[in-house]
Amino acid sequence: MAAPASWETVIGLETHVQLRTASKMFCGCSAAFGAPPNTNVCPVCLGLPGALPMANGLALQLAVRAALALGCTVHSRSVFARKNYFYPDLPKGYQISQFEQPLATEGSLSYLSPDRGIATATIQRLHVEEDAGKSLHDRFPKHTAIDLNRCGVPLVEIVTGPDFRSPQEARAYLLTLKQVLEYAAVSDCDMEKGSLRVDANVSVRRVGRPELGTKTEVKNINSFAYVEKALTVEHDRQIALLEGGGTVEQQTLLYDAKTNSVRPQRAKEASHDYRYFPDPDLPPLVLREEFIAEQQALLPELPAKKRERFVEKYALSVTDAAVLTADRSVADYYEAVVHAGADAKAAANWVMTEVLADAKDHADGLRVPAGALANLIGLVRGGTLSHQAAKRVFGEVADHGGEPRNVAEALGLIQVADTGVVTGWVSEVLVSHPTEVARYRSGETKLLQFFLGQVMKLSRGKADPKLAQRVLEEKLVA
Amino acid sequence: MSDPSEALASAKATADRLVKAKRLNACLTPVGELRKALVTQAQAAHPSGVLYGMPVAVKDNICTLEFTTTCGSKILESYRSPYEATAVAKLKAAGALIAGKTNCDEFAMGSSTEHSAYGRTLHPFDKTRVPGGSSGGSAALVAAGAVPAALGSETGGSVRQPASLCGVVGIKPTYGRVSRWGLVAFGSSLDQIGVLGRSVHDAARVLSVISGRDPKDSTCEERDPLRLPNVPESLQGFVIGIPREYFPADLDPAVRRACDRAVRLCKELGAAVREVALPHTAYAVPTYYILAPAEASSNLARYDGARYGPRFDGSADVRALYRTTRGEGFGPEVRRRILLGTYVLSSGYYDAYYRKAQQMRALIAQDFRNAFDRGVDLLFTPTTPSPAFKAGEKLDDPVAMYLSDIFTVTANLAGLPAISLPIGRVKGLPLGGQFIGQAFLEDEMLEAAYALERVVPATEEA
Ligand SMILES: [Zn+2]
Repeated sequence: MAAPASWETVIGLETHVQLRTASKMFCGCSAAFGAPPNTNVCPVCLGLPGALPMANGLALQLAVRAALALGCTVHSRSVFARKNYFYPDLPKGYQISQFEQPLATEGSLSYLSPDRGIATATIQRLHVEEDAGKSLHDRFPKHTAIDLNRCGVPLVEIVTGPDFRSPQEARAYLLTLKQVLEYAAVSDCDMEKGSLRVDANVSVRRVGRPELGTKTEVKNINSFAYVEKALTVEHDRQIALLEGGGTVEQQTLLYDAKTNSVRPQRAKEASHDYRYFPDPDLPPLVLREEFIAEQQALLPELPAKKRERFVEKYALSVTDAAVLTADRSVADYYEAVVHAGADAKAAANWVMTEVLADAKDHADGLRVPAGALANLIGLVRGGTLSHQAAKRVFGEVADHGGEPRNVAEALGLIQVADTGVVTGWVSEVLVSHPTEVARYRSGETKLLQFFLGQVMKLSRGKADPKLAQRVLEEKLVA
Repeated sequence: MSDPSEALASAKATADRLVKAKRLNACLTPVGELRKALVTQAQAAHPSGVLYGMPVAVKDNICTLEFTTTCGSKILESYRSPYEATAVAKLKAAGALIAGKTNCDEFAMGSSTEHSAYGRTLHPFDKTRVPGGSSGGSAALVAAGAVPAALGSETGGSVRQPASLCGVVGIKPTYGRVSRWGLVAFGSSLDQIGVLGRSVHDAARVLSVISGRDPKDSTCEERDPLRLPNVPESLQGFVIGIPREYFPADLDPAVRRACDRAVRLCKELGAAVREVALPHTAYAVPTYYILAPAEASSNLARYDGARYGPRFDGSADVRALYRTTRGEGFGPEVRRRILLGTYVLSSGYYDAYYRKAQQMRALIAQDFRNAFDRGVDLLFTPTTPSPAFKAGEKLDDPVAMYLSDIFTVTANLAGLPAISLPIGRVKGLPLGGQFIGQAFLEDEMLEAAYALERVVPATEEA
């Protein structure tokens, strides 16, 4: 087998993202996840005879915001179209989508490629559509059950060009996409709840060849963890086929996470002629310029922009800025800590370590108020608390609340900077370690850290470490 | 009518008249159920409504809570809608009584009411003939005097054509004038609920009640309900256009005579009459028979036996369930149009058929705008190329059947309002003439119809 480097993978992604609305795309039913089967339904989403769709205004706002967040051109006129196919969880026999005239086109998204540094994915189109229901094949023996709660839930489909050169890149793009859409508050992007789903077009070609190889479509990738796995399995499969003198067949494949393999979709499920045509029940979607401008104004600062600003304004490294801006609420929290008076660099260290660690253990909650953290950082900076002691105070405030200074006092952690008291602790330590004193005086000066540790231990962390060190040095020289 | 006892009396009298009209097979609702429902409605109806106590029959492709809604199809046998059409709700709110569901061609596809799974409707004057269609049941009931008005629906003339053949008035409003919520879709961009009535006034006042905005239908215009015009003294100031394409050389001489007489009467009423050209008229029927089936093929995809309606196969395989349910549940005309529509939307044929037909539709609409822009207020044409034909006569020749809509499909393609009213008889059979109006100017169209109705010898041989 030739070295894998002689093959290049080409991947394009189609991502379906559920918009964050209370109700469905074309009716008033709840779009909430997890309701008992077939309870969030009405004549419209059940496709009953004579029922008609009405477009959800909030969904359209969110779709426009998503498009703008991805730098797309939002078209003043787009057209809803019917995608016709028969399936039991598609009650009307067609899905309302957009085809010839989508909501938005020509966007782009920059992301950090693990292979190439900053890379840009082209967003070919973003269109609005409704979701189908769910077929449950394992609920009742020998029967397929249909749950139409999802049916009609608003989605946008985001289609990239064939821009990714590895499964890792595809995953990096997806994470960035999720981040941007979460920032824009247009979607929860929760793959486990199905609010973000991804299909991939995969092909391989010899490195340096300009033309694309025959592509396959990989569906059923249900979690971020599987994106890389599924795409790797498929590109390995294609390379093995070509290496063995075979050809890649254009087809749709389903990824099976249990076996980490792909299998072709049954022939009768594939190769549809969807017979798209404009939906006569819905007039063309006409968006005024002012409406688009309003949606633009409602967009928050997006992660890339925020990252740049953090580097500039707070003198942070790009890496630190990236960590702090990965999540909008964390970024907002960080800025609140700084605004409350904390040193920017110290605040960054605190947020990236203690705060994120605590959040991870507590369902992403930012438990210590930004003002309290700023005060705590101030106490360390002013010498009132040692860093060690401050960490304890942080944990205490997180668990039980309270003002850091009061908590530190109650715990007896306020640093002692009184020379008399500190000299007393130093003397006690030196008296009880005569051997170490002798070794120090004969040249083993690195024992200073040992003595300092003993002083801190004796003072139960309260001794001002700088003062203690100075007193120790004086006494040991004497 | 404003006395509750009068509404009750009306309900009982209506039930009696419907029993008498039973031989026509125009009403699909069983008599017992109908009588009970009429009485219940009369007791509940609000006396202040403008249609208080007025019985209105409803075509079976319009959803009602009271009765089944089968669309004349086996595939919706016994189907009961859990909600009602906006038009029906508005009728009830105005105090009208829903007087049963009327027979129609299956899913409104047909021009004779022979394509119903529940048997054909007879012409009230001659049982060997058809009442027209697809709203043939509504037309026959009104013509038989069982109800003063009935709702029908139009996609290509399904209200005006049976109105013409049965000698009653039929109005097709501007597209977007009446909500389609609860009207079972056939060709959504063409479908409108229309009204059949004994007189222009009976039809118009029902239309006025059911018209107006509806937040449930985004193709329904944001407008107030239609305001009824007064009956004019004359047609002074009206310019009536006579499109020459609607009077071809081979037009039935009796139809031509009836129209000529009506036009002469309009002139005598003071209208100016002028010949106009609608050059794309010849393409209207082919355009219609691409667009309507295309939309129908998608609109009727939902009838698959999975959620409602009978299943014709207990097979575990869902594809087999679809095949047998749709194969046996739909009649031959519906199947023909689904196949036709599926074909014209298929990849490789879409541009040649569907897209071209859309372009032609725009040209047909432009023809009308051009005529109206040149100062014409209304157009007058025959409604149908002939009076009622014999049952079975056109069943084996779909194209001949399709051509009976030749003068009516244009208004649907252009979205314009049109009204058919009786203008004479041919060998004892009624014949209608139609006014086609400008979009949302039903009031002008109704004025002309009111004026002509008063003077035209509608029951005399042309
Ligand atoms: Zn719903």
